[in-house]
This record gives sequence, structure tokens and C-alpha cells, in this order.
Amino acid sequence: MHEELGGRGFTVITVALDKSPEDARPWIEAAHPRHPSLVDTGHVLADLYNIVNVPTVFWIDEAGRIVRPNDVAFGTDTFKHITGLESARHLGALRAWVRGEAPALPAGASARELQRLPGEADQQARAEFGLGEWLFRQGRADAAARHFVRGGELAPHDFTIRRGTMPMRGIDPMGPQFRAMLGEWVGQGNPYYRPLPDTQG
Amino acid sequence: MTDSTFTIIDDGKPATVPARVSGDTVRVSREALERATGWTLKPEGLCRGALCVPLRPGAALESAEGVDLAGVAAALGRPLALDTAERAAYLGVGAGDRARALAALEAPDFTLPDLDGRLHSLREHRGKKVLLVAYASW
Repeated sequence: MHEELGGRGFTVITVALDKSPEDARPWIEAAHPRHPSLVDTGHVLADLYNIVNVPTVFWIDEAGRIVRPNDVAFGTDTFKHITGLESARHLGALRAWVRGEAPALPAGASARELQRLPGEADQQARAEFGLGEWLFRQGRADAAARHFVRGGELAPHDFTIRRGTMPMRGIDPMGPQFRAMLGEWVGQGNPYYRPLPDTQG
Repeated sequence: MTDSTFTIIDDGKPATVPARVSGDTVRVSREALERATGWTLKPEGLCRGALCVPLRPGAALESAEGVDLAGVAAALGRPLALDTAERAAYLGVGAGDRARALAALEAPDFTLPDLDGRLHSLREHRGKKVLLVAYASW
């Protein structure tokens, strides 16, 4: 997408919410990107943009304004059987917006109304993550894990904490503990991915 | 009560300062608070530079042992994650500040490294449309 539209005043910026650059490296190197491909071990972006799961995408216009807030989109259909989201819908809409052929949101939709703003529990959970991440860097993994778990209890919808800290707790983020957590969450009627309404396939 | 050092991480930046810990209460001197957070206690309230946050009447932030860290966080509307056993606390950004910034739809700037450690900021791309993608290996 960056290669196709990059000459038109457009760039992709990817940010990996991973525990280390080495976790993100295979993904980035496989993609041979020509756009900024960044690593965010401290979840700075998650805090600034109220990101609670990945992937989350934002469209930002030439003036630096969020014209399409937190949405879920995949670059390929690899996970379509799980997510029910078709990559082509987002890519088609993105292409039209970059080319100036269509607005970022359908007529009548407002970026402001589509946003979810963070509450006190979200920010307390992020502070617990921040303390845990610092403790983890100090080699105090057991203490770190307590704060990661506490953060997940405060914001059970925040999978950047509940799942994203599993590698720092010695837990396989694709393994049985993740599947049990996901099963419980979804079983209670909660969505794991929360795309914007107009992209729901 | 124990006198020792305590690490206060203010929105990601750690500073280790002398502190008195009693149960779950951490008290630091005005100077230590200012060194760790930039905020100091003045007659007009909690101040950083020219900005002062008035305190509720009767909010006893300070005793002979120093300024109560949790009280400071509450007065500033910021979350505090505290671990007295590990002698560390993380002062986060309050929901009000974050929500106001996002609701204004101004994309918050950030500076993050690439794999080579080179720093990139969103603001360098002003004048372009940006697809910002957060993802992870997990």
C-alpha cells in the first residue's frame, strides 16, 4: 500500500507493541518496508491513542488530524476465518481516501462519535503496565507479572495488557492460556475485535 | 516506617529519590517530588513552572514526613501504580487529559525507534496522509 500510494503524499507508519525489537524484527524484515517501521516496547502509542488490541489502524490527514479513529483492519485475509473482516474493504476505502476520491468516513459518520475515550480504569491499568514494564527491565519479573495481571483486571478489554504482556510473564500468547482467556471473554458476549461499524463485513 | 530510596517513574521517565515508606504511604520531600515529577508544593497548590493546581481545602498532602505521593497523583487526576515492596511507583497520564486530547482529534505526536534505533516522529509526516498501524508479534 505504501509502495502503491507513497508518491501521492501518503505514508504508512507501523508500530509494533512488542516486548523487544527482536520480537518485531522477523515481521519487519520479512516485509522489507520502505516506510517507518517502529517498535514500542513501553506501549507509548497504546496510551496516547487508547489502543486496546492489535491490529488497530488510524487515518491521519495532512493537517495531522485523526479523520478515522481506532479501527481494526488486516493487510491480508490470513485471519479472515477468525475475524470475519475482509482486508479488501479497508484497503479499497483507504485507496479512495488517499486519492481524494472519497472522504475518510461515510457521509453522516463523525470521527468524534466513533471514538472510544479512555476512562480512569484504562489509565490506572496503563500505569500498572508501565510499572510492570519497568520492573521487567530491572529483572524483577515476578513483581512485574503482578502489575500486568492487575492491569488486566482493571481493564479486561485491554488485550495489549492481557495478551501483550504474556511474553513477559513466560506465557505463550498463542497458547492454551490465551485461548482460555479469549474463550471466557467471548463467552461473556464481549467482542475481541472492535472494528468501526461501517467496516463490519 | 523506613527511610530509603524510591523510584518514581513519571510517564516513563524514572528518578530515584529519598523517601519514607509507611504501610502503603510513600512520602518524599518537596525537593525530591520536584526532581522526580517537576511538581512542587507551594502555598497556591501543586505547581510546575507557572502552572498551579489548587488543592482542595483540608487536603493534607504534606506532613512532617514529607509529601504524600498518592495524594499528589490524586490532586493531579493522574493514576499511580505503587509497589512499596519493590520501592517503585509509576505516575501515569490521567483519563481526563488523554480523553480531552483524543476528543480534539489532533493526532497525538510520538517519537519511537526503528529496528536500527533511529527515532521517528509523527510530526515529520505533516503534509502527508498517514495510515498509522499498531500491531504486534503476539
